Amino acid sequence: MCGATEGGLPLDGINTKIEAIIQGQVTKDGSPVGVAYVRLLDKSGEFTAEVPVSATGHFRFFAGDGEWTLRTLAPGADTVDRKVVAAVGSIAEVEIAL
Amino acid sequence: MAREDVLVTAQWVEENLDNPQVVLIEVDEDTSAYDRSHIRGAIKLDWTTDLQDQVRRDFVNKEQFEALLSEKGVSNDSTVVLYGGNNNWFAAYAYWYFKLYGHQDVKLLDGGRKKWELDARELTDEPVKREATSYTAKDQDLSIRAFRDEVVAAIGTQNLVDVRSPDEFAGRLLAPAHLPQEQAQRAGHVPTAASVPWSKAANDDGTFKSNDELKEIYEEAGVDFSKDTIAYCRIGERSSHTWFALQELLGAPNVKNYDGSWTEYGSLVGVPIALGDEPGQA
Repeated sequence: MCGATEGGLPLDGINTKIEAIIQGQVTKDGSPVGVAYVRLLDKSGEFTAEVPVSATGHFRFFAGDGEWTLRTLAPGADTVDRKVVAAVGSIAEVEIAL
Repeated sequence: MAREDVLVTAQWVEENLDNPQVVLIEVDEDTSAYDRSHIRGAIKLDWTTDLQDQVRRDFVNKEQFEALLSEKGVSNDSTVVLYGGNNNWFAAYAYWYFKLYGHQDVKLLDGGRKKWELDARELTDEPVKREATSYTAKDQDLSIRAFRDEVVAAIGTQNLVDVRSPDEFAGRLLAPAHLPQEQAQRAGHVPTAASVPWSKAANDDGTFKSNDELKEIYEEAGVDFSKDTIAYCRIGERSSHTWFALQELLGAPNVKNYDGSWTEYGSLVGVPIALGDEPGQA
């Protein structure tokens, strides 16, 4: 895929120098999960954004500097929370195993 | 208005998939989601092409809306049930839009596409074509649509409800965090606006909270139900979700959605802006 990154989703046309990117993949038993929702909670636990994962289980957010929580919901799986630190100009990669 | 008049469950939708009176319509922020899969029998509306004028920033006009719904096979007496991704943001926007043009019987699928998927209900990629109709719209009901001058006039006098995330309200982010951050507008919020993120109205599965919970959330945030209210977000879709909660579920009087929202207000020359987590002064 043109412009593909380790996160699996293209970053074409995005100025990564000004973005605090959080991205990753949701898996179950080692395989990508095609139906799941990942939400980004701020440091107070308030909802900031939510995305459905791609067919390959990938997701991406454009956050800000600081600590965030990723909350993953998927059919037939328990909710999983993962903390992550984001910083402008870098990409935080998060693997989420259900 | 009773809750069941405006909101239906996934179970209700499943039981009405073959009901000819019901027209199921998917409206997603990700306009390709429908093409990958959708609820059986549902048609698609593309909010970027079907619902927006393609030259200036505004909605399609009455005649264009009539032509759109006629071509899509929606009748004036159809029960339109809207659903979509992202906790129904754009389905709620379409709901408000249908009300703007006077469609009587329109409902939201509670929880939208997410709830449907989390329930592991069936989706299909089968094409759907409905027979064309002759749809007649009404003039826009401007009692539910706010424009920029009304927003400025509402500072310190009416309820202004900013439904974006706390970081967007405070000016730390310029767009929802699943989108690249834009630089065109100034950051911050309309002075005196209460910060009530749209998400407070929804459960994790995307369904709306109970009316008692909703009332408490808005009252606690300082919304005075005896006053008129304007809700806004970034482009008017999340605020449609809150408009739905306030007007359609709670029955609050005189609630308007400001579809220009922050991408307009934050670009205006000379209007006041507040920064930080507090509403600020008029």
